[in-house]
Amino acid sequence: MSSSVERFDEKARREFSRYRQTVVHRGELLRHPVYTRVLHWCVAISFILSLLSGFAIYSPWLYRWLTPLFGGGPTARLLHPWFGLFFDFFFLFQFLNWFAPMHWTRADSRWLRTVKAYVTNKEALAPEDTGFFNGGQKLYFWTIAGCAVFFLITGILMWFDNVVNRWVVAVSYVVHDLAALAMLAGFIIHIYEGTAAQPGTFQAMTNGTVTREWAWTHHPAWYAEVTGHDPREDLEQARRRQETEHQTREPSSP
Amino acid sequence: MSNPQTFQIQEISAHPGTVPGQGTQREEEVCKYIDVTTCIGCKACEVACVEWNDHPFRETTFDDTYQTMPSTEWNYYNLIKFVEHERDGNLMWLMRKDQCMHCEDPGCLRACPADGAIIKYQNGIVDFQQDNCIGCGYCISGCPFDIPKFNPRTKKVFKCTLCSDRVGQGLEPACIKACPTGCLHFGTKDDMVQIARRRATQLQTESGFANAGVYDPQSVGGTHVIYVLHDITQPELYGGLPSNPTIPASYTVWKWLAKPTGLLMAGLGLLAVFFHRVTVGPKVPQPEPEPVITQHPDEVEAAREEKP
Repeated sequence: MSSSVERFDEKARREFSRYRQTVVHRGELLRHPVYTRVLHWCVAISFILSLLSGFAIYSPWLYRWLTPLFGGGPTARLLHPWFGLFFDFFFLFQFLNWFAPMHWTRADSRWLRTVKAYVTNKEALAPEDTGFFNGGQKLYFWTIAGCAVFFLITGILMWFDNVVNRWVVAVSYVVHDLAALAMLAGFIIHIYEGTAAQPGTFQAMTNGTVTREWAWTHHPAWYAEVTGHDPREDLEQARRRQETEHQTREPSSP
Repeated sequence: MSNPQTFQIQEISAHPGTVPGQGTQREEEVCKYIDVTTCIGCKACEVACVEWNDHPFRETTFDDTYQTMPSTEWNYYNLIKFVEHERDGNLMWLMRKDQCMHCEDPGCLRACPADGAIIKYQNGIVDFQQDNCIGCGYCISGCPFDIPKFNPRTKKVFKCTLCSDRVGQGLEPACIKACPTGCLHFGTKDDMVQIARRRATQLQTESGFANAGVYDPQSVGGTHVIYVLHDITQPELYGGLPSNPTIPASYTVWKWLAKPTGLLMAGLGLLAVFFHRVTVGPKVPQPEPEPVITQHPDEVEAAREEKP
């Protein structure tokens, strides 16, 4: 990324953090500063609105279900491009904000190869070289980045359909749909991973903080980076502490 | 826009269910037949169309031709296209009345995502219901004849209705009624095709138009407006009439095959994550608060039975 873009991103972060700081309680780690969190939820809200209004128009089977949410078909149609523009606008800032930590590394390729163990929960701990974001998160980020570009281009072509050839609109329509389906697939997984699949994750986007246990379990390399401790050693210590506590609380019966 | 009760509806755009009462009535397919060779370009049909549909007389655009404006508009459904063509060193003035073709397989209806915004009657008329229109303009890209037009003020799309309101009352369309030369006819599709064929044969044998023929493009399943042209091999001459009008595959293949597949996959995805949580379970931060004991259901049962 060019330095002027980096300077712009730096300035945006600095300006924003003047307004509100994140409270980090003892034993917690700061994961997402307030700027990132606000951006995340702006992207999320505009995406969900785009998704619902878009899927209303996507399929006849959803039309009667989803258009009432927006006051009927015409308003759903009227609002959808604006929701999309807001999504692209906010995501642009998030893209700049996360461009550096989302850089694809060898560790991510290795992570992708072990994705089966990740999905089936064979391994309770993430690979030791998993940094701030794991390979799956980066894949989702770059999917969104790609889809956002496709959404914007094809969306504008369909919005201003009176100036382009009708075949351009017809092709855009399919590309827009495919991008939406790709995003939806990632979105379902994203929400699941952020809530039910991994307890303790959701607070990273609300309070902005995570527990140490969470960090050494899911992002050990990041844990090592911010604490300077060895994640596996700290885990072993915690295990031993738990065992001794267990024994003192429940003395073994004769 | 006509009263949908007037006719038996055959197809409804973006309608997930069945069409109510489909096939319960015997309805003959109607057709407008336009003999391009006897049109004198008087524009009586244009005026009649504007009058019947109660459209305001809009500003016209002069572009060095006799044509009223470059193309049909949202409040100007019917336009005679004037083309000066040279044939055997002589001027030949081609005048074709341009309006909705009322396709048997309507591209506008295929493209429309709004339930009930476009309906097709069993008699072949394709009609827009502006109450249900959401103004997305997909119909415009679905139409091979560039007919549906967007009204930017109301954000609705309009086009020729084949005077479905008149036809429903047993009257012919307004343009037919106004035509002074008899180049416009209205009746059942079978009758019109027959008359048109006879006229084409007459042009071939008696008037020296060896290529005369009937324009009823089968690529859209035939149309409910048919032309007799001097030269059926070159319909493009007549103000851009497509020789092979087609609907984009995104409105046929993609919409009816890939779209439901995409929805199904999204639904399966939701089910998959739900049952992943139920079976595989969550990834909890380590160490877990208490040692986990995994038991087979039978062991749990046995343990319970041992107790008094």
